[in-house]
Amino acid sequence: MLLSQLKNGEKCTIESISPDCKMQRRILDIGFTPGAYAEFVAVSPLGDPTAYLIRGAVIALRREDAENITVKKIN
Amino acid sequence: MGLTRESSGKGAADRNIVAEKKHGEITVALSGNPNVGKSTVFNYLTGLNQHTGNWPGKTVCTMSGSYIYSGKRIILYDIPGSYSLSAHSKEEEVARDFVCFGNADINVVVCDASCIERNLNLALQTTEVSEKTILCINLMDEAKKRDITIDADKMSRLLGIPVVATAARSGKGLDVLSDEIVKMADIGNRRTPISPDYAEIIKVLIKSFRTTEFDDFCKQNRLRPDWLALQLLEDDGSVSESLSERLNLDIRQYDFISNPLNNARKVLEESNISPKQFTDMTVEGIMKTAEQICAACVKRGKDKKFTRDRKIDKILTSRVFGFPIMFIMLAVIFWITLFGANYPSAVLSELLFSFEDSIYSALTYMRIPAVVCDIAVFGVYRVVAWIISVMLPPMAIFFPLFTLLEDLGYLPRVAFNLDRCFKKCSACGKQSLTMCMGFGCNAAGVVGCRIIDSPRERMIAILTNSFVPCNGRFPTLISIITMFFIGRSLGIASSIVSALILAMFIILSILMTLLTSYILSKTVLKGVPSSYTLELPSYRSPQILKIIVRSIFDRTLFVLMRAIVAAAPAGLLIWIAANVDIGGVTLLNHIAGFLDPFASLLGLDGIILLAFILGLPANEIVIPIMIMAYTCSSTINDIGDLNFIKTLFINNGWTILTALNVMLFSLFHWPCATTLMTIKKESGSLKWTALAFLLPTVAGIILCILTTLISKLF
Repeated sequence: MLLSQLKNGEKCTIESISPDCKMQRRILDIGFTPGAYAEFVAVSPLGDPTAYLIRGAVIALRREDAENITVKKIN
Repeated sequence: MGLTRESSGKGAADRNIVAEKKHGEITVALSGNPNVGKSTVFNYLTGLNQHTGNWPGKTVCTMSGSYIYSGKRIILYDIPGSYSLSAHSKEEEVARDFVCFGNADINVVVCDASCIERNLNLALQTTEVSEKTILCINLMDEAKKRDITIDADKMSRLLGIPVVATAARSGKGLDVLSDEIVKMADIGNRRTPISPDYAEIIKVLIKSFRTTEFDDFCKQNRLRPDWLALQLLEDDGSVSESLSERLNLDIRQYDFISNPLNNARKVLEESNISPKQFTDMTVEGIMKTAEQICAACVKRGKDKKFTRDRKIDKILTSRVFGFPIMFIMLAVIFWITLFGANYPSAVLSELLFSFEDSIYSALTYMRIPAVVCDIAVFGVYRVVAWIISVMLPPMAIFFPLFTLLEDLGYLPRVAFNLDRCFKKCSACGKQSLTMCMGFGCNAAGVVGCRIIDSPRERMIAILTNSFVPCNGRFPTLISIITMFFIGRSLGIASSIVSALILAMFIILSILMTLLTSYILSKTVLKGVPSSYTLELPSYRSPQILKIIVRSIFDRTLFVLMRAIVAAAPAGLLIWIAANVDIGGVTLLNHIAGFLDPFASLLGLDGIILLAFILGLPANEIVIPIMIMAYTCSSTINDIGDLNFIKTLFINNGWTILTALNVMLFSLFHWPCATTLMTIKKESGSLKWTALAFLLPTVAGIILCILTTLISKLF
């Protein structure tokens, strides 16, 4: 599933970043590398962007960027 | 809001900065992720006052400063924060180029103790560049609140570089850091820093570069061989370009570089590893190493602070409360400013005005000609006195309040909430942050636009920054609201209404900013929204006393000085124009008469327009100029008395429409001289500066004409 599909309170591990992604390196450098743990934190009142917990920090990504990240949900 | 001598106007070419030093001096590059406290470390050690604030991307130009420790002079270079040495924007290139090619003696990588794993990414990349690296784990006080314990000694053993734990806010650990700096400058790093645990194929390819010639070449040019090899393998062109530039030769001409490089390309092709996948693999290798180190050295307990921060975020970004809270926050800040400034303003204006006669007598006593006395007292002193009594109190309250909000960490949440609006206008979400900076000073806001990576979006932010009123325009707005929309009273109720009206005008500015951004992005600055990431830092308790002191000295006095310097000549000019007769009519009336026809289209008059024109150097002086121009005589009772001023204006033909239009024009007219100069510097182009001049002006003209036309219908 895609990171953008993660809902309130859900957790996941990162699987891969799509090669089409324009800011692939930036996303990796921020910590979204395969195997990393991520958690949904909050969504903007207007629906976009969404903030995720990744490696101890809270980072907001726009929907179209989060759609480039494939994840596996953790129960 | 970054409004200091350094931030408004300076910041020239940062690109090719090289650490300069004299013999015996130690140069240190301070790098690190955004918002980890590099500037705090810098300020504490050098005693300089670089502006800090709790949101990522505050430092936008490389600052240098020095201090003496253990008899040695240490020169610090505070470079803009970056997540990696792989650059995505001009600013990240600045950081990368300085760390890799700036020839600083020592690299200090500052980290946030609460998210060391990610911070180690940059740290590990930096140790690859140079073994003379020191890790500074900052924000230890914050980590303690989050129940995080770090074994710095163990980490140092694993990393192979010195590790110092600090809490720069209170200066803890900075002595130890300076010790390590001096020690490393003296004897270097006797250990070898850890190499990231790259995938086997990468390690093999790196090794394939390591011939004697290659190693010698690297030694000659003070580059670490493994690092250079990896850069060449990863190369997207920019690093070899930078390197070739710095070394003044094309490195690819060398066999010991091009041979292994071509071989490597073949190997990667055969293994079906695309450049993007190669990048994936290098970052994965670094992160894996970072994870291993953190697993061994960092213990996390029950992070109650994190839970609390998240609860606050849920409220501040909620669908129901998010926007109302933002509006209320704005209104409350305005209200505190208005209400708190009332009494001091009244006291100051009475006091300063009471000096007028004494000063006049003193000057006369010193046999100074009457003309000069008139100019000095009724021209210059009066304007300056008005500025001090009307401008100083609100500024002295507003600046600290906004800084408080900044330090808390609220501003990124504002950017988070407003991002979608800006995205719809094809602009960058960080524009909301630069807009906030514009509230303090438009020039500082323009410099702050460097936090926006994409040049197109940066230009949109620069061009629209002046749509938001700066602190210099608040007194104008506040005075008019008080005079014409409410009665003059010191009561709480009237100040609440004032605050609300002011807040509504600000909302109008914000809407105009969005509208203009949208128009720009569909016409002269076409393009698609670029990707960006926004970090939401943890909330930090602000150091209130420090904020107040710094606000007063750093910003308030600075802006005041500038206003006075602009006011004095303007006061002089007006006095002259009002007292020089040409054909029986004063020069002032000539000019005002010339401007009148156009001005009345806008629902203003010639004097008002002239005041705005003369207010080009500093918006603060617009109302004083109007007062002076209308009076031109020395019989006024108290220029600080708004009732009197209101009568004066009404006697000169002002109506509610005039007041409204003056407010609209004050919000939307050409940027002040400092801002224009800053825009010219940042954009490097007269064309864009001219557009920056025209955009708000045209908007103001249109709005004023509209209101005038509409009013004629009734």
